[in-house]
Amino acid sequence: MTTTIRTRVPAGASPAAAAPSASGPRARRAARRRQLTAAGVLMTPFFVLLVTVFLIPVGTAVYLSFFSDDQPGLGFGPERTVFVGLRSYAAVLTDPTFLGGLGTVALYCLIYIPLMVVGALALALLLDSGVVRLRAFAQLGLFLPHAVPGIIAALIWLYLYTPGISPVIELFAQADVTIDFLGVHTVVPSIVNIALWSNLGYNMVVFYAALQAVPREVIEASVVDGAGPVRTALQVKTPLVRASIVMVSIFTLIWALQLFTEPMLLSQSSPMISSRFSPSMYIYDAAFTRNNYGLAAAASVVLLVCTIALSYGVTRFTSRADVSREAR
Amino acid sequence: MSAADSSLLRPGLLGRATVNVVVAISVLYTLLPVLWLVLASAKTRDALFSSDLLSLSDFSFARNLQDLFAMDGGLYGRWYVNSLLYAVVGAAIGALVSVACGYAFDKYGFRHKEKLFGLVLAAVMVPQTVLALPLYLMASEAGLVNTFWAVFIPVLFNPFGVYLGRIFARGYVPDEVLEAARVDGAGELTTYFRVALRMLGPGLVTVFLFQLTAIWNNFFLPMVMLSDQDLYPVSLGLYQWNSAASVSPEYYPVVIMGSLLAVLPLILAFVLLQRFWRSGLTAGAVK
Repeated sequence: MTTTIRTRVPAGASPAAAAPSASGPRARRAARRRQLTAAGVLMTPFFVLLVTVFLIPVGTAVYLSFFSDDQPGLGFGPERTVFVGLRSYAAVLTDPTFLGGLGTVALYCLIYIPLMVVGALALALLLDSGVVRLRAFAQLGLFLPHAVPGIIAALIWLYLYTPGISPVIELFAQADVTIDFLGVHTVVPSIVNIALWSNLGYNMVVFYAALQAVPREVIEASVVDGAGPVRTALQVKTPLVRASIVMVSIFTLIWALQLFTEPMLLSQSSPMISSRFSPSMYIYDAAFTRNNYGLAAAASVVLLVCTIALSYGVTRFTSRADVSREAR
Repeated sequence: MSAADSSLLRPGLLGRATVNVVVAISVLYTLLPVLWLVLASAKTRDALFSSDLLSLSDFSFARNLQDLFAMDGGLYGRWYVNSLLYAVVGAAIGALVSVACGYAFDKYGFRHKEKLFGLVLAAVMVPQTVLALPLYLMASEAGLVNTFWAVFIPVLFNPFGVYLGRIFARGYVPDEVLEAARVDGAGELTTYFRVALRMLGPGLVTVFLFQLTAIWNNFFLPMVMLSDQDLYPVSLGLYQWNSAASVSPEYYPVVIMGSLLAVLPLILAFVLLQRFWRSGLTAGAVK
C-alpha cells in the first residue's frame, strides 16, 4: 500500500531535504508548524461558514429575543430598540397558538418516530432474512421516495387526500366509506403518513447497511444455539445495530421538530391547518407576516432549547441503557 | 448472505410467504404514489378530476409538457436552471469544504480539537427555522436579500458533511500514507490535494449527494429570502403555482407535470452514483 502511494506522490521538494534532519527538535517543530498551517488552510473555509451562517445567526436570535422595537409617541418618531428582558419569552410561552403548535408537534413525534424506527428496522430485518424475492428491486422501490423532494411528496399526497382527484378516496367511496384525510382528527396522521412515506426507505437502507456489517459467525452461533429466525432477528441482530437505531432516532427527532414543509403546503387546502400549526410555522408567521422579530426570536430559542434537550435526552437514555446492558 | 446461514435460518413456507407479502405491500405503498404522479401527468384537467386514471382516451402528456414550459412566460425552465445551479454547484463546493475540514479533524492534532468538533456536531441539531430570521436580517443588512447569494451561501454549510468527512478520512486514508508522503518531502497540502482527495473520492461523492438532496429539497430559506420569481428554485415555484391552482385550476396539470420533472434529477443522481453512496451510508451508520 505504502509503496504504491509513495511512487504516486509527486515529490514537490527534494526528498533528501526532510528525511535526514527529521529527528532533530527544530525540524520536528517545523514539521508541526507545517501541519498546523495545513490544518488551518483546510478548515478555514468551513469555519468561515460556521461563523457567518451559524454562530452569528444563533447569537442574533438570542439577542433579538431580549429586545423589541418600540415606537414612542403613538407610532410617530424614530423606532428605538429597547431591552425588554424576558417579555418576549413570556408572550410566547403564554400564547395558546404557540403552545398548541408545540402540542401538535409532540403528538406528531409520538406517532411518527416509533412508526418510522420500528417500520424501517422491521423492513431491514425482513430484507436481511434472505427469504425476500427480488430483494434488489424491493430495496430500490422502498428507497425511491427519498429522491422525491419534500414539497413534491406533500403535493402528491395532497392530491391523494383531495376528494375528486384522489383514487384512494374513490376506492373508499366504492366501499361506502367516506373519509376526510384533512379533518380535525386525521390531519396529524395524514402528515405523519407523508413523512413516513418519504423517509422509510432511506432509514431502511441505513439499517440494512448496518445489518450487513453484523459478523455472520454471530448469527451462525445463534442458530447453533437453536434460535429461530425471528428470535435471531430480534435478540441477536437488533442489539448489534443499536448505534444505527440511536442515530436514526435522533435525526428523525430533529427533523420532526422542525415540521414545516408538509403542513405549509397542506394549509393551502385545509382549514384545519392554521398559519401557526407548528412551532416553525409560528416562527415564520411571527417574523414575516406579523414582523414581530422579538417574538419570532424568542420562539426560535424555545424551539432550539427543546431540540437540544430532547436530543441530549435520547443520547443519555440510550447510553444508560447501554451501561445497564453491559452490567448484566 | 452466505449459503450456510440462509439454509440454517430458512423459516417455514408460511413464514416465507408472510415476509414476502409484508415487503410487497410496503413496496406498493412507496411506489404507487409515484406511479400516480406519472399517470396523472398525462391527464387533461377534466380527466384528472374524474379520477379515471387508467383510461388512455385523454392522453395529453406532450400537451401538458408544452403547457408547463409555456406557463407564465416559461418560468418553470428558469426555476429548473436555478435549482440546478443552487444544488449542483452548492453541493460540489459544500462537499469539498466539509470533507477538507473533516480530513483535517482526523489527521491533525491541535488544542481544543474535540471541543471544536463538538461545536460542529451541535450545529447539526439546530433547526433551519431558527436561523432563518437572523439570516434574513443579515442578508438585508448586506443588501443580499432577494439575490442568488442569499440562498446560495447558507446552503454551503454542511456540518454533517464534516462528521462524515472525518469518518471517511479515518477509513480511507491510512496515516502511513501521510507519513510516507512526508518522508518523501511532499507538502501537507500537496499530499491532501494530490493523494488523499483521490482516496476520499467515494466519501466525497456521498457527501455531495446528501447535500444535493438537501439543497434540491430546500424550501424554507428561498421562501424567506426571495420575492423575485425569476430567482425561485423549483420547490418554491411549484408551491406558489399550487396555491394559485385553487383559484385557477388550469395550474393543476402543470403543477403535476412540474413535480414529475423535478423528481428526475435526484433519481438520476442516485442511480448514477449508486456505487459510491452505498459505501458511504455504511460508513456513516456503522461508525
